[in-house]
Amino acid sequence: MSLPLYDGGVASGLLSGLLFGYVLENAGFGSPRKLTAQFRFSDWSVFKVMFTAIIVAAIGLYGATEIGLLQANGVFIPTTFLWATLTGGALVGAGMAIGGYCPGTSTVGLATGRLDGLFFIVGMVIGVGLFAGVFDPIKSFYEAAAGPQAQTLGSLFGIPSWAVIGVLVIMAILGFVVGTWLERAHGGVLTAEQLSNGDGDEFVEEIEIGTLRTG
Amino acid sequence: MHSTIRPFWPPLTAGIALGLVLLATFLLTGHGLGASGFFARFTAWLGGEMVPAATETNAYLGPFLKGAASPLANWITWEIVGVLLGGLLAALTSGRFRVKIDGAKNLGGGGRIALALGGGVLTGFGARLARGCTSGIGLSGGATLAVAAFLFLIAFFVAGVVISWMVRRAWT
Repeated sequence: MSLPLYDGGVASGLLSGLLFGYVLENAGFGSPRKLTAQFRFSDWSVFKVMFTAIIVAAIGLYGATEIGLLQANGVFIPTTFLWATLTGGALVGAGMAIGGYCPGTSTVGLATGRLDGLFFIVGMVIGVGLFAGVFDPIKSFYEAAAGPQAQTLGSLFGIPSWAVIGVLVIMAILGFVVGTWLERAHGGVLTAEQLSNGDGDEFVEEIEIGTLRTG
Repeated sequence: MHSTIRPFWPPLTAGIALGLVLLATFLLTGHGLGASGFFARFTAWLGGEMVPAATETNAYLGPFLKGAASPLANWITWEIVGVLLGGLLAALTSGRFRVKIDGAKNLGGGGRIALALGGGVLTGFGARLARGCTSGIGLSGGATLAVAAFLFLIAFFVAGVVISWMVRRAWT
């Protein structure tokens, strides 16, 4: 069997998305308060979940390629455009700090009934429109300082992929230890119960379906 | 609606599950999971419906409208439909579904909506500039050990921490 299957069909998209959304919600990532707590260092779930996921998938991709199941250079690897990558990343970080979501999690937030997720999505559409509007003048910035195509950390530092994964595992363990310690110092992570019901202090308004109680 | 609320999965469990879903997506499609690409296509579609002349001649959105197929006729559209369904399923089966505006009380509903909109504008612009978002570049690129992914994630976290400190009253 030769992988990837390069299946870009409807069922492939629905299945990947369904599992993605299901896991993100169960991680607590439909909640803007949980997501932004990472930036205040009081809840390290974003770091823990993302870093673990990256390592698990990286080991899987590396292993599958090594045993010949996955063809070498068979998957998409993004290319660095130094200034655009850094500025864009900073804007997405600022957007989450202010708006409470990223593109994927705003979709999950909306799916859990959070109307602020819908407003974040409306904002994103406006943001894409603004980007398109200024695309001509910023095109040189967008394409500046291009790195080698599909460059990996292994090729940048001249070390094998398994060594890169090893370093990531060490960083993840350190992050888990320091993060858990800081979570305790801040009184523990935000639980589903706190975030769903609110504690009378931190939720703006709940709109009962049918009655539209606001204010 | 206010049935028993199940706790979130522990981060290690959720991280392993997310990693396996991401790996399966790579093996199935040759690329990872994404999100912002859909909103780019949606904007191109909306522009094509509302201001077709301006959208078709736009250097960024125009190429999405070339050819007979809709800009929405793409894998990422079905993936986002799946994310909505998966999130809804998880929320409904865990007692966590609530129709609400979520944020800090001292901000108020109007303030929260304004910040969600403003944050969305920055994110929509930034994700196009970076050629992807937290999912498409950070998570999926990270799994391929791409340099671009880790540069993106470092910039994302540094800016997030700094701006979060500046707007700390909006969340606490």
